[in-house]
Amino acid sequence: MSFDLNFIGILIGAIMASSVPLILAASGELIAERSGVLNLGVEGMMIIGAISGFALMVVTDNLFFAVLGSMLSGLILSLIFGLLTQSLLTNHVATGLALTIFGIGMSAMIGKNFVGIPGKEFPLLFLNLKESIPFLGPIFFGHSIILYFAFVLPFLTNYVLKKTKTGLIIRAVGDSPTSASNQGINVTLVRYSCILYGGAMCGLAGAYLSLIYTPQWIENMTGGRGWIALALVVFATWSPIKVLIGALIFGGITILQLHMQAVGLRIPVQLLSALPYIMTIIVLVVISRDSRKIKLNTPTSLGQIFYKEK
Amino acid sequence: MEVQLIKIEKRNDVSRSIYFLTPVLAIFLTLFGGGIIFYILGFNPIEALKFFFITPISDLYGLSELLVKATPLCLIAIGLSFCFKSNNWNIGAEGQLIFGGIVGGGVALLFYNHDGFYVLPIIILSGAIGGMLFAMIPAILKTYFNTNEILVSLMLVYVAKLLLDYLVVGPWSNPEGFNFPETRQFSESARMPILFGGLRIHAGIFITLITVFLSWLILYKTYLGFQIKVSGLSLKTAKYAGYKGKTMIIIVFMISGACAGLAGVGEITGPIGQLHRNISPDYGFTAIIVAFLGRLNPVGIIFASLIVALTYLGAETAQIFLQVPKYTGQVFQGMILFFLLGSDYLLFFKIKFLGLKKNEL
Repeated sequence: MSFDLNFIGILIGAIMASSVPLILAASGELIAERSGVLNLGVEGMMIIGAISGFALMVVTDNLFFAVLGSMLSGLILSLIFGLLTQSLLTNHVATGLALTIFGIGMSAMIGKNFVGIPGKEFPLLFLNLKESIPFLGPIFFGHSIILYFAFVLPFLTNYVLKKTKTGLIIRAVGDSPTSASNQGINVTLVRYSCILYGGAMCGLAGAYLSLIYTPQWIENMTGGRGWIALALVVFATWSPIKVLIGALIFGGITILQLHMQAVGLRIPVQLLSALPYIMTIIVLVVISRDSRKIKLNTPTSLGQIFYKEK
Repeated sequence: MEVQLIKIEKRNDVSRSIYFLTPVLAIFLTLFGGGIIFYILGFNPIEALKFFFITPISDLYGLSELLVKATPLCLIAIGLSFCFKSNNWNIGAEGQLIFGGIVGGGVALLFYNHDGFYVLPIIILSGAIGGMLFAMIPAILKTYFNTNEILVSLMLVYVAKLLLDYLVVGPWSNPEGFNFPETRQFSESARMPILFGGLRIHAGIFITLITVFLSWLILYKTYLGFQIKVSGLSLKTAKYAGYKGKTMIIIVFMISGACAGLAGVGEITGPIGQLHRNISPDYGFTAIIVAFLGRLNPVGIIFASLIVALTYLGAETAQIFLQVPKYTGQVFQGMILFFLLGSDYLLFFKIKFLGLKKNEL
């Protein structure tokens, strides 16, 4: 019995690990959306983060630089988005799509020379505790520092958004840019900052995939996680804590289908692989059905262009 | 005293000439940006751009290939223009293409070893219906459950890809195919007629051209087209005028899905001739760029599809001659859209170079 319990612990640990990229990317996007910016480039920023992190790891042999570089590359890509949507007042949806297409192409171009190179071992913390404590050990210990960061991040985000002046400004800009602007807040600057923060988090999410989760570079390795992260923000009705819950549910589905594949059930592998995507649609339908509830929480100016006459 | 050299003013009306000139500007900026990327990669930028944009279409075969690639791109983009004009963000055309291909391909396998003039039309029609039905999923969820169509249509792309994978590996795989993930080759009666011997250009181009004409007719000459345009410009006005918003959303998605499905069936009965895992090199996504580059205008989209098709060919040529990955094409496609959206700034704002007058100094 104790063996089974430990196995469940390991399973929960695996679910947590697979939810990390979703938590990071969705938390970053949530901040951007709260400021009124809809950035559909999450998938592109994530994959650029993944290749930059991996490439820097191979070239510099330094994991710190690799992680930092991945965040920086996500940030640079989001800067393009910021320049276009905030300074040149382009449509958010179209610009975000362009960012994803560009990011996927660019990552494959950079990654050409990094296919098939094995990854480096990323340091995991408290490995001895993981082994020695049954059940709870594999849940709480033996993870990378990024995982711990990801699990603190939603609470931190929640605190900043709800309890600090910074959070108030972000929400004000998202809900009513005109009034915020009249109060002397530089709307464009706030939105730029939120976009860049979101980009950095998406980059980090990518680095988690290529450095820790899969430790190698595979073309298109994000496999739609960026889009699922975007769906998570809607699912969470723009609340950071619900992002965490949603990410764990999706992590659970991912791990569950992998285990079902391994057990060799008489269900086609492809159907199981499609499960996370189908679940996303079902969850979106359930959440969005009540339009009042969605409208109550949606940042009022989401995806709208703000222009101040100078 | 502060002297302002540049003044930015909001335009009161959008200049029509600039409206169609900015795409050209965007293309030039993309060439420039591409040159810089090639330079960074260590190539002679002029040479590299020549391999990318001139070499592929310098012979008859290349020109035919250009049309082969532009055929599905134009078709999908035309369909998307209905959605985008009315502010419906269908970005899952790739999934609708694949599903259309699956349905059309299934019918083609059903008619295996069947001769008759009716076989191909039935396949084409079923492909269009397949794409249409698949596009109705996000449309119905949007209208009746208030679900975000961007996310649903995109998630369905992955579902369609996995379904195709399941079919070609499992139940539909070629019984004499040594377990390769592909179906039988379709019989001759299920293939698009080839227009010229030795070239791959096929009758699908006529489907595209007819669709372009029909969509021009619908968009500019019918009440439905008028409703679509008004809803795109102002949802409030559309509601005030009493247009049935829900029905219209479903209709534009159906048109768009049918076009993508036609493109899918055109590919499998045209150049491919069977079903396998990769029936589309992301035509459905690239068509989004084509639609924007063509200004959601049927004629504009024809030109845009040719230009974007060239990025596919260019990437293939560059892969051979410069050993750069074929994804370079996607980088160019992303850049075109960036520059196009960015240069739209010129549409809405006037930049005045004031210069320094002598007496001001």
